Amino acid sequence: MNAIAVNVEDKLFQNRYRVDAGRPHIKIKSADVCTNICVSKSCTYVCPASCYKTEGNGSVTLITDGCLECGSCRIICSDHANVDWEYPRGGHGILFKFG
Amino acid sequence: MKKPSQFDAIVVGAGPSGNACAYTMAKAGLKVLQIERGEYPGSKNVQGAILYAKALEEIIPDFREDAPLERHIIEQRMWMLDESSFVGTHIRSEEYNKPPYNRYTILRAQFDKWFSSKVREAGALLICETTVDHLIMDGEQVVGVQCDRLNGDVYADMVILADGVNSTLARKAGFHGEIEAGNVALAVKEILFMPEDVIRQRFNIGEESGVVIEMVGRITDGMMGTGFLYTNKESITIGVGCMLADFKANPNKTTPYGLLEQMKRHPSIAPLIEGGEMKEYCAHLIPEGGFHAIPQIYGNGWMIVGDSGGFVNAVHREGSNLAMTTGRLAAETAIAAKAAGKGFKAAALSDYKKKLDASFVMKDLYKYRDMPAVLHKNPQFFTSYPDMVAQAARTMITVDGVDKKTKERAIFANFRQTRKLTGLMGDAYKLWKAIR
Repeated sequence: MNAIAVNVEDKLFQNRYRVDAGRPHIKIKSADVCTNICVSKSCTYVCPASCYKTEGNGSVTLITDGCLECGSCRIICSDHANVDWEYPRGGHGILFKFG
Repeated sequence: MKKPSQFDAIVVGAGPSGNACAYTMAKAGLKVLQIERGEYPGSKNVQGAILYAKALEEIIPDFREDAPLERHIIEQRMWMLDESSFVGTHIRSEEYNKPPYNRYTILRAQFDKWFSSKVREAGALLICETTVDHLIMDGEQVVGVQCDRLNGDVYADMVILADGVNSTLARKAGFHGEIEAGNVALAVKEILFMPEDVIRQRFNIGEESGVVIEMVGRITDGMMGTGFLYTNKESITIGVGCMLADFKANPNKTTPYGLLEQMKRHPSIAPLIEGGEMKEYCAHLIPEGGFHAIPQIYGNGWMIVGDSGGFVNAVHREGSNLAMTTGRLAAETAIAAKAAGKGFKAAALSDYKKKLDASFVMKDLYKYRDMPAVLHKNPQFFTSYPDMVAQAARTMITVDGVDKKTKERAIFANFRQTRKLTGLMGDAYKLWKAIR
């Protein structure tokens, strides 16, 4: 299958969110584990909202604003259990219009 | 620390299972509190989405009068795709076009909101925009929930977890461990709006009737999974889901949105969705581990219903009916436990499991108990076979001066080269064994 360039931001732009500014509901527990221990960094391509990104120095950054609250990142990080995953505070996060 | 219970039961979550449960209990006169973290019921919920009438009928017999339903399904297509073609079966029957209809497409945000209004009419108290952080225990007994609000502790005789596939509450309480990536599918989908008459013409359907297309093959990039396309009233839902473990292990590092975009461009699919205006992009996990992945679903003062308990029949793409049925059976257990007045320990709530075992829910999950393992160990069902079938059909139908016998030989040579005769027969046996 040929990889095609997809801008997921265009997709997320259609969604409605109430962002809990300054209070991300998902956190990376230890940045060091991502940078130096985790080889696969599968969160960077499995996350359907592309919340996780690899930086030039091998570290992984997380911005949860576009999170679809699926829970995949927490489950696939089973080798390192490095994802601190909670639901957003009541009323915050993604608000599906159609679901 | 035992506080007086303010409610007979607290239901966490207002999806199909939570609503079915809260409705049934409230209708029987129990004091029910339902807590939903979304802005309104449905705002956090994602599904394909197909509603199976029977399960809802058993809870609200006249739901058709005012439930927001999109289209009743009169035709199901099953497509096997290679890179450029599909071979498929279509099942279409006028019998499916006669009321009472058997299944419908729905939009969950609207449907759940409607279902929730019925729950409130039945007398349950609903609180939205509230996330439950923890269960409150008194020793071994669940006695309430701790919400993310000021003074957010609420007490009840029972707590029913209808909090969806990512049931953090049960995990934090130690009722079961983390979900395994091999037991859930990650699905992404889009909703594409287009004029109603375009949908009717493209799918050869009437004003109310609809079509379902399930797809297997190249669209999943070698992963165990399926694609789907459902017709709604004025929109089309298109999506693809694969096992999360396969996404993680995919050597191409295929992204879910890349997979979906690729699928939308398949020459067999693109014309059906052309001109559709994308209005929402969703992602969701589907518990597909089946029978062997069902956790402990009841204990002292607690029961688990719906996706939270892994109640999905992945083989038949059924989920909302299992959700509603488990919700109803948990409610009936709660009602009986209260009537008996002997408390809400595990022994009293074990009836829930007995009811489930006697229902289609566990019977179906048991029937297909080996299916997830067989499919997972044999990726050819999602790669080589759809390819082989599509190519074989194309070869036979192409008129190019080559005689049919020679074509047949070429097809079988291709089959044997791809999968060997023993492999073919072995696969047939494995599949038969897993579904018999």
